[in-house]
Amino acid sequence: MTTQPVAFYDRVEDALRDSSLQTALDRATTRFVANRANALAQLTDFEDLRARARAIRAGALARLDDLLVRLAENVERRGGHVCWAEDGQQARDYITSLARDRGVRLVVKSKSMASEEIHLNHALEEAGLEVVETDLGEYIIQLSGETPSHIIAPAIHKTREQVRDLFERHLGMEPTDDIPTMTRAARAALRQRFLQADMGISGVNFGVANEGAVCIVENEGNARLTTTAPRIHVAVMGIERVCESLEDLGVLLQVLARSATGQRLSVYTSVLSGPRRPGEPDGPEEFHLVLLDNGRSRIVGGAYAEALMCIRCGACLNACPVYQNIGGHAYGGVYSGPIGAILTPLLQPDLPDVHKLPHASSLCGACQYACPVRIAIPDLLLRLRADAVRQGKYEWFEPLAITAYRQAMTNPALYSAGGRLASLGTRILGGRDGRLGWLPPPLDQWTKERDFPAFAAKSFSQLWEERQRKGGKPEQEG
Amino acid sequence: MPANTRQRRAVLFVTCIVDQIYPEIGLAAAELLERLGVEVHVPRGLTCCGQMAFNAGFRDDAYAIGGRTIEVLRGQGDVVLPSGSCGAMIRHLYPELFHGTRHQAAAEELVGRTYELTEYLVDVLGVTDVGASFEGRIAYHDACHGLRFMGLGEQARLLLSNVRGAEIVPLPGADVCCGFGGLFAVKQRAISEAMLADKLEGIRAAEVDLVVTGDASCMTQIAGGLSRQKSRTRARHIAEVLANKVDARTT
Repeated sequence: MTTQPVAFYDRVEDALRDSSLQTALDRATTRFVANRANALAQLTDFEDLRARARAIRAGALARLDDLLVRLAENVERRGGHVCWAEDGQQARDYITSLARDRGVRLVVKSKSMASEEIHLNHALEEAGLEVVETDLGEYIIQLSGETPSHIIAPAIHKTREQVRDLFERHLGMEPTDDIPTMTRAARAALRQRFLQADMGISGVNFGVANEGAVCIVENEGNARLTTTAPRIHVAVMGIERVCESLEDLGVLLQVLARSATGQRLSVYTSVLSGPRRPGEPDGPEEFHLVLLDNGRSRIVGGAYAEALMCIRCGACLNACPVYQNIGGHAYGGVYSGPIGAILTPLLQPDLPDVHKLPHASSLCGACQYACPVRIAIPDLLLRLRADAVRQGKYEWFEPLAITAYRQAMTNPALYSAGGRLASLGTRILGGRDGRLGWLPPPLDQWTKERDFPAFAAKSFSQLWEERQRKGGKPEQEG
Repeated sequence: MPANTRQRRAVLFVTCIVDQIYPEIGLAAAELLERLGVEVHVPRGLTCCGQMAFNAGFRDDAYAIGGRTIEVLRGQGDVVLPSGSCGAMIRHLYPELFHGTRHQAAAEELVGRTYELTEYLVDVLGVTDVGASFEGRIAYHDACHGLRFMGLGEQARLLLSNVRGAEIVPLPGADVCCGFGGLFAVKQRAISEAMLADKLEGIRAAEVDLVVTGDASCMTQIAGGLSRQKSRTRARHIAEVLANKVDARTT
C-alpha cells in the first residue's frame, strides 16, 4: 500500500541517499523538461492554448453536476452502465461484485491513477482475482511490488539496470540493459494476458458529456487492448475529469500531450462510447463507467477548487526542484509532486504526516509556470499551511519563533533591541570573518552544510539615521 | 543615463534581512537611487512585510506585521524594495491576506505603487546603464519570487550587461530555485541542501567571480554554501554591483 509507516522527513532522507533513485530522477526529469520545452517551442500560441484549456476546465467545474448527469445519461443511452461511487469502498464493491457476478478470473489494467487512489488492485486480489498491469511502467512496479512514483511515468524512480534485474528474476530473461529488448520481453509476456482476460479496467483522461464517451490517451497500445479485448470494460474516472464536447476535448488533448511527454499528440488517442453494438466486429460486451467522488465534491467551490482543474500531466512534478530531488514515494500519497502536496491532504486527510506535504515546497513557482492550466499551486500550498496551523499542526519551535518575530516586527523598540542582541550574539559566534558555522537548534539545521552571516554591527536603520543627522555619508561599521 | 528622473521621490523599504544583516545593500540601493536623482525616504519604524509568518501558515501574525507595514507606507508614494520576494509578498499575496479586512483598500492601493529595485530602475526610471564597472565574470541567479510572481529578470540582465568590464556569463539552471524558501531551509533541511548543491554545481561550472542576485535571502543561501565549500566565487546583491560597491579582488 502507499502509506509507509515512516515519517515524512525519514522518507525524504532515504530518497536523497538512494543513489539509484537519484540517477533515475536525473535522467528522466531532465528528459521530460527538455521534451516539453521543445514541444512548446514549436507553438507560437501556447499561452493562448493554455488560457483556453484553463477556461474549459473552470467552466466544466462550474457546471459539474450538469455535465456529469449528461455524461451518465449519454453513457446509458449507448448501452453502458454508470456507477456513482461516493468513495473508494463503493467503487471497489461495485467492481469486485461485478467481477464475481460475471465469473471473471483475470483482470488486465491500463494506467489509472484513480484506481491507485482507491487501492483497487488490492481489493480485486482479496476477492480472489488475478490482476495484471499492462502499462510498461505499471507492469514494472507491479513486479517489484511498489506503487507509482509519478503521475504519468509510474516507474520513473527505477533505473534500467534495476528493471533488467527485475525482468531477469520474474520473466527469466537473459540480463540486458537494452530497453527495446526488455520492452519486447514484457510485451510478449503481456500479449497472452490480454487474450485470456475477462475484464479490462482503464482510467479515463477525460469524459465527454455530450457524447457519453471516455477519452484515453497512451503511447503503448495497451489501453486499446485493455478496453477492447476482454468482454467487460470498466473505466474508472474522477468526477472532475469531465468536459462538455469533443471541441473542448481537442483543446485539452493539445495541452495534455505537450505538457506530459512533450508530444504533439499521444501515440494512441481513443474515444470510447459504450459497448459493442449489434453488427460491430469488436469491442467489449459490457461497458461500465465508475464515477469516483472520493472527496472531490468537498473541494468543489471552495478555496482549493482550482486543484480540480488538474489534468494529471505531471509537468509540475518534472519542473519541481523538490520532486527532482526526492521523487514521488517520499510524498507518501498516491499523487506526488507539487499537485500531490495539495491533492493528498485534500483527498487523504487521514494519512499520517499529511499536513507536512504542503511544506515540501520552497514556493519557487516553477510548478505554476509549467502547469498547462496554470493552477496557482503555491497559493494553494500556502492556504493548506494556514489551515494546518489553525488545526494546531506545526513544528515545535514555530509558535515561539513566529510570536517573537511578530512582536519584534510590530514594535520598533523591541525590533531594534532584538537586532542589537542578535548582532552581539552572532558576531561573537561568527568570530573574525563573521561567518557562523554553528547555530543552536533549530537553526543548527541551517549550519550543517551552510555558513550563516553574522548580523551587522549597526543596522541599516541606525546607519541611515546617522547619515541623515550628518547630512552626508554614514559611518562605516567597524 | 537618467532618462526619466525629474524630482522623483521614493520610499526605500530595505526589508528586515537587509536592515539587520546586510545594511550595505540598503545603503547601496539608496546611493544608486540618489545618484539617479531620486529623493530617497526611509520612514521610521518600517520593518518587515510579514512573509515569514505568512509562508509558515501563521496568517494572524502575518496580518499584524503586514497591517502595520501598510499603515507606515500609507500615502508615501512609490515604494522600492531590493527584493523580489518581499515585493511579491506585497504585490501578489497582500490582496489575499487583507481581503475582506479593514486594510483591504490600503493594501490594494499599495500594490499599485510597489516596485522591486531593478524594475524601478528600468521600467519606471527608464535607466539601463547606471555607470557601474566591475572587472570580472558575473553570473546572474534569478530569484524565484521576482522571476515568477513579479515578472523580473530582463531588467537585471539589462543593467548588468552595461556594467563596464564585466563579462556576463550564463548560469546553468539560473531560473531554478536555490533552495532557500524561508523556513523551508530549516524545516526541510535535507531538500534545501540538495537544491543548493544543484545550484552550486551550476555556479562552479560557470567559473565566475561573482554570482549576483536580487534577493538577500537567496544570496544568504548561496553565499552560505560557497563559503562552506571555500569557493573563490562570491555571492552579492545586484544593488551592490550597480552602486560600485564590489571590487574585483577575490577574498
